[in-house]
Amino acid sequence: MNETATATTTPNRIASHKTAEAMIVMEHVNKWYGDFHVLKDINLTVARGERIVLCGPSGSGKSTTIRCINRLEAHQSGRIVVDGIELSDDVRQIEAIRKEVGMVFQHFNLFPHLTVLENCTLAPIWVKKMPKKEAEVIAMHFLERVRIPDQANKYPGQLSGGQQQRVAIARALCMKPKVMLFDEPTSALDPEMVKEVLDTMIELAEEGMTMLCVTHEMGFARTVADRVIFMDKGEIVEEAPPEVFFTNPQNERTKQFLGQILNH
Amino acid sequence: MTHETASSLQPPKVIFSPIGWMREHLFSSVWNSILTLITLYILWLLVPPVIEWAFLKASWVGTSRDDCTPGGACWVFIAQRWSQFMYGFYPEALRWRVDLAGILAVLWGGPLLFQRFPWKKLFGFSFLIGYPLIAWWLLYGGDLFGMTTVPTDQWGGLMLTLVIAAVGIAGAMPLGILFALGRRSELPVIKAVSIAFIEFWRGVPLISVLFMSSVMLPLFLPEGMNFDKLVRALIAVVLFQAAYIAEVVRGGLQAIPKGQYEAAQALGLNYWQMMGLIILPQALKLVIPGIVNTFIALFKDTSLVIIIGLSDFFMIIHRATVDPAWLGFATEGYVFAAAVYWIFCFGMSRYSIALEKRLNTDHRR
Repeated sequence: MNETATATTTPNRIASHKTAEAMIVMEHVNKWYGDFHVLKDINLTVARGERIVLCGPSGSGKSTTIRCINRLEAHQSGRIVVDGIELSDDVRQIEAIRKEVGMVFQHFNLFPHLTVLENCTLAPIWVKKMPKKEAEVIAMHFLERVRIPDQANKYPGQLSGGQQQRVAIARALCMKPKVMLFDEPTSALDPEMVKEVLDTMIELAEEGMTMLCVTHEMGFARTVADRVIFMDKGEIVEEAPPEVFFTNPQNERTKQFLGQILNH
Repeated sequence: MTHETASSLQPPKVIFSPIGWMREHLFSSVWNSILTLITLYILWLLVPPVIEWAFLKASWVGTSRDDCTPGGACWVFIAQRWSQFMYGFYPEALRWRVDLAGILAVLWGGPLLFQRFPWKKLFGFSFLIGYPLIAWWLLYGGDLFGMTTVPTDQWGGLMLTLVIAAVGIAGAMPLGILFALGRRSELPVIKAVSIAFIEFWRGVPLISVLFMSSVMLPLFLPEGMNFDKLVRALIAVVLFQAAYIAEVVRGGLQAIPKGQYEAAQALGLNYWQMMGLIILPQALKLVIPGIVNTFIALFKDTSLVIIIGLSDFFMIIHRATVDPAWLGFATEGYVFAAAVYWIFCFGMSRYSIALEKRLNTDHRR
């Protein structure tokens, strides 16, 4: 209960970097798995520098929504435009978008046969054709920013979950993406490691990164989000700035959901 | 007990003593003791006579069967026929070419099997491209620098066995990987072709493939067109083993979590980069035991080429045992053949274990 009270008065709320320019546009996006309608007419515009938190019960389509943005899932109707590039079946378009969109997964998905440093330099070297030395300098820069430069030559299996997730964030940042997608980045972590990952994400938000985060960390949503979007059964039910979303939700389903996750 | 004393406890000391070890492992119960004694008795029955035959009473030096002492193995037979067992009917004056090809393989290709070293990639690349050409030129000959041509029907012995095995392994591996990827492809045509290829070659016996390659294929070829018999056998072995490798590799591909594909795609890697840099290195590492299993089977199956009249290592030995000058020494011949096959197969087995250890990075703490 206390949590709802602090929502409006969070002292260290991060200043918005939202601009007028559209970074991601989703128009009338629909997707089916067989007969099951997973995404129902999704309309969402994300401005450059905007931070969006998607929440909702499991199976509500929030992960599917962000996975459509970099084509890990294909949408079947509607339009998705990222930084002016429209997603189609054209492989070149898809690869162009993936170069600009970084993604962090629930289960980290680091490459276990490569060292931390090699995980970070792989895509810059092979996708951006960057010289190895230069890629390593960039990788060390981002590993320092997520505060694990000393682990650079270890293998992912030797790190804790929180450290692995920070490496995953650094790996995505090495491609210098314009957008970062986070798919439940803290859900697979032990409780004491959640904070170190959230702190890294907050720092990223402070620097003005455009972010879409699927997460149940409502504290993070309050500190960082420009907009919180609630999804249920494949549709966007409600969207509002966090101060409104948490204190004055309009929709019954939102109220029910917030009641369940805030009052335990 | 206080915290301090608990944390200062030493682990129990393990002192090794032979008697203690025997009591624990061999005579821990009545039943175990009986089993130990029975096993010792069987070993006592089997091992001394074999050692006596193979070593103690064996004849080692001489020139003919008259130098053989009864009661022991006569290794004189092997020594006398050694060069034939190694080279078959390869002209004696030219056997240095076979030796040179072998030495090059060891010095050029050998280092690639071991630890990383500077320029390993370039070194490996030059070996993969250059060695087959040079080896063919050395073994077969050709116009370049006036090398005398040695037709493949003069090749034989261990040299022929190693050529078939090496070409089989080097050819089946990449082809098998391609068909494994093809079978998991989302493109229907590629998938169908891969499945048809794998199921066809896996479903027919190698003997029938070799027969078809030597008997049936010429019927379909235009008049006068003659394909080297060995080359046909090599192609048959490669295609046959590729089907097996494909299924082993597919097993490895299926074990790689979906998240690895997604992470690679999300970073912008294209299909071949994703497969070559992320998926295959992990999948192949998982299936090293299966791949080596297939290669060991391949190595031994090379002896089936006798069916189309090639004189491989086994056939050369078999022929020598029916030579009137050495009648009655078949046992020595077959034991020698078995020992040589075993050494190569055991070597592959040990190498695969070492390779697995070296590549295991997943849980190293």
